[in-house]
Amino acid sequence: MSVLFVLIGASMLVAGGFLIAFLWAVKKGQYDDTYSPSVRILFDDQEKEAQKKEKEQQIEKETTKKNHKS
Amino acid sequence: MAKIQEETKKHICVHCGDDCGSHPVIWDEKPFCCNGCSTVYQILHENELCTYYDFESNPGIKIESGKYKEKFAFLDDDEIADQLYEFSEGNIRKLSFYIPSIHCSSCIWLLEHLSILNQGVIKSMVNFVKKEVSITFNSDEISIRELAELLSSIHYIPEITLDKLQEKQNEGVNKKLLYKIGIAGFCFGNIMLLSLPEYVPGHEYLEAHFKEFFGMMNFFLVLPVFFYSGSDYLLSAGKAIKHKFINIDVPISMGILMLFIQSSIEIFTQTGSGYMDSLTGLIFFLLIGKWYQNRTYQALSFERDYRSYFPVAVSKLNKGIEVSTPIEKLQKGDIILIRNQELIPADSVLIKGEAQIDYSFVTGESKPVFKESGDHIFAGGKQMGSAIELTIEKDVIQSRLTQLWNQFEGTESSSTKLNSLIDQISKYFTIAIIAIGMFAGIYWLLNDSTKALFAFTSVLIVACPCALALSAPFALGNTMRLMGRMGIYLKSSDVVEKLNSITSIVFDKTGTITQADEVKVNFHGDALSDTDKIAVKSLTRHSTHTLSSTLYEYYKSIPPETVVDYKELPSMGISGTINGRKIKLGSAKFIHEGNTETSSLNTEVYLSVDGKIKGHFALSNQYRSGLSELINGLALKYDLHVLSGDNDSEMENLKQIFPSKSIIRFNQSPNDKLEYINNLKKENKRVLMIGDGLNDAGALKTSDVGISIADDIYHFSPACDAILEASKFQQLKYFLKISRKSVLVVKLSFVLSFLYNLFGLYFAVQGVLSPIVAALLMPISSISVVAFATFTTNYIARSKETNNKSNNESVVEFAKTISSSRKPVQLN
Repeated sequence: MSVLFVLIGASMLVAGGFLIAFLWAVKKGQYDDTYSPSVRILFDDQEKEAQKKEKEQQIEKETTKKNHKS
Repeated sequence: MAKIQEETKKHICVHCGDDCGSHPVIWDEKPFCCNGCSTVYQILHENELCTYYDFESNPGIKIESGKYKEKFAFLDDDEIADQLYEFSEGNIRKLSFYIPSIHCSSCIWLLEHLSILNQGVIKSMVNFVKKEVSITFNSDEISIRELAELLSSIHYIPEITLDKLQEKQNEGVNKKLLYKIGIAGFCFGNIMLLSLPEYVPGHEYLEAHFKEFFGMMNFFLVLPVFFYSGSDYLLSAGKAIKHKFINIDVPISMGILMLFIQSSIEIFTQTGSGYMDSLTGLIFFLLIGKWYQNRTYQALSFERDYRSYFPVAVSKLNKGIEVSTPIEKLQKGDIILIRNQELIPADSVLIKGEAQIDYSFVTGESKPVFKESGDHIFAGGKQMGSAIELTIEKDVIQSRLTQLWNQFEGTESSSTKLNSLIDQISKYFTIAIIAIGMFAGIYWLLNDSTKALFAFTSVLIVACPCALALSAPFALGNTMRLMGRMGIYLKSSDVVEKLNSITSIVFDKTGTITQADEVKVNFHGDALSDTDKIAVKSLTRHSTHTLSSTLYEYYKSIPPETVVDYKELPSMGISGTINGRKIKLGSAKFIHEGNTETSSLNTEVYLSVDGKIKGHFALSNQYRSGLSELINGLALKYDLHVLSGDNDSEMENLKQIFPSKSIIRFNQSPNDKLEYINNLKKENKRVLMIGDGLNDAGALKTSDVGISIADDIYHFSPACDAILEASKFQQLKYFLKISRKSVLVVKLSFVLSFLYNLFGLYFAVQGVLSPIVAALLMPISSISVVAFATFTTNYIARSKETNNKSNNESVVEFAKTISSSRKPVQLN
């Protein structure tokens, strides 16, 4: 039955880990705003992609210009 | 069908969803209600940010005044700007703006893409619950003032007040509670696990081996709960006893202390395994109740004072040069410049310009007062019109408005807490429990002295009123949350309780039972032909005067025609030729050309056609829709009073609406209203005051419950106990009913918890309270009381909601059309 002591110790460690994780999450402000993250995750990065494309096009243009020059 | 839909669609502003009227501003083949909305759309369109409109339809907010350019001039002052920064290193700055108009997911999206609108913004993050956006920006590329103006240009006007500057948020409180809950929950779970042998049959074998070990483990686990998580209850009880009164924390602390001492003794003397699981469970549930209560009113901050109404800084003229100066640095004799829509911060004398002061904040009177140079202007007035120059007469602190405000501070103190139902019950409860405990102790001392002390402590343990303490926060907190969803926001759960005991209701007139922004138009004189109506409509179309726009709105459906020879004389009237007829519209003086004879109490606009007077439009206050039904409903239960700051021109109309026994008084100053309420209170009446704005601040604060009515929930009187959305005014009686029912629920859950207590006491007085009975009884009683309270309040609110929906369908429809600004509110 002395194995119980070990098991209890182990379970306390695991539970303690969760407690620390919880306290850390509170400290880092994960519970400050419970609404916006759930919305934020649904946003697409369309604009960034559009911008990227623009940049890519610009770079392409520049490189083609350079090529012309050379 | 599709065609009809398209047509109705045409009249709804793409940006804010308002009705565009018959003359929408068209841009890119899309209708807008005003130039402001179309500008915002253009900005977003140019920057490819139109995804904004994908998340919600018509997500924008319409702003009434387009003047924000000078509003943020004070941000150029480094001294003020420095107070706003949360981080400042080199040219990288970080700050948070409070933006009340954040209301939906589109807002989050747009505000988090600010960097596309301006390269200077590095990162922006929205906290939806607090309605704040924290922005990291490069100060070389964009100044803090430009940032505020950028936000304003897309209709997200940040609110920067002295109040916000002075106290950095007390956000630590909520986090601390979460820490406490986390620790209590952890210990509770583990102690339950370690106490498991106690719960199952055949524990004698296990106990022999592990009793000591489990006991010690439990003891160590309970320490953080007792000293950290539960410390609030013990401290509060200590304070209460010090001030010689008993609140609910006293019996709770008595139970906690008894549980702790009794269990510790049992563990160390190895006579038993104690009640540590009950102790931690009790504190855990209590903290959850507290957390739930906090959560219900996180989004609203009621603790505002007069400072939040004053601007942070005004323009001071220093030898002709404008300097933005913080309010507290203004001195007697300084010359200040007040622009359109700005608040006058101190009592002063007008030296230059034409002042039209709107004193609705101070007196409730909504018509602007004209002042000429040399006249005194009191603090709290709002300038309407062109900029004026003033010399300050008194320091800001001594001004009348501040006095009006400070007068009521400190008059109410701890006395309110004592009245609370729960504290009153707990007083008798504590006495009863101690008496029962003593009785059991003495009985066993005479019969079996070994059981005497045990019986006494078990009574205190089992009677610990955790269910009692939980029922109120859950029942009242839930009621508060549900009422918030229906349009009335309460300051605290105590207000639900206080609403229940109301006997008298006092109404303010202007802005409360009448609508500030709606005007009733009546024409007196010869009947108007269609051509006359067209003429009036066409003429008013060209004027920006408030009376003209009222008349223009009144003839909404009539198509206007061209006006020739249009003239506008300031503070006189307008004239022009329509279809060859000369039309004049304006004051009696203007129309009669000097021969005035009447001085009417109402606002009148005279009309003449080709020099012949047709008659006049009488513009009077519009009563809120559903007012008479509401009054009839309320008159059965409460005695009603009306206090008005205006003259008695509305006497007859009010007499028709209110029952004959109700008292109506006119020409009441803010102080008169305050006195009136005090007199009612002296007659042992419980007074509910409904008013608006700061002019009622005193009356709202002295009354038992002060409800402030607001078209926009972000602009309310700080003195109130609740804010009522203006469009939900006619539902007041339902709110009162709900509060009455929910107090009944609290009482019923008290009965329920008493039943549990009786059951527990049955074992306790016999001296046979085993840990398993305690461990079972406590969580079961707590959880069942919470469940009962939550479900019944939900049920009551829902039945009321559907009930009044079916009753007031038409009224609600109407309310929808009149509520000018859309304000979806998230309160969770």
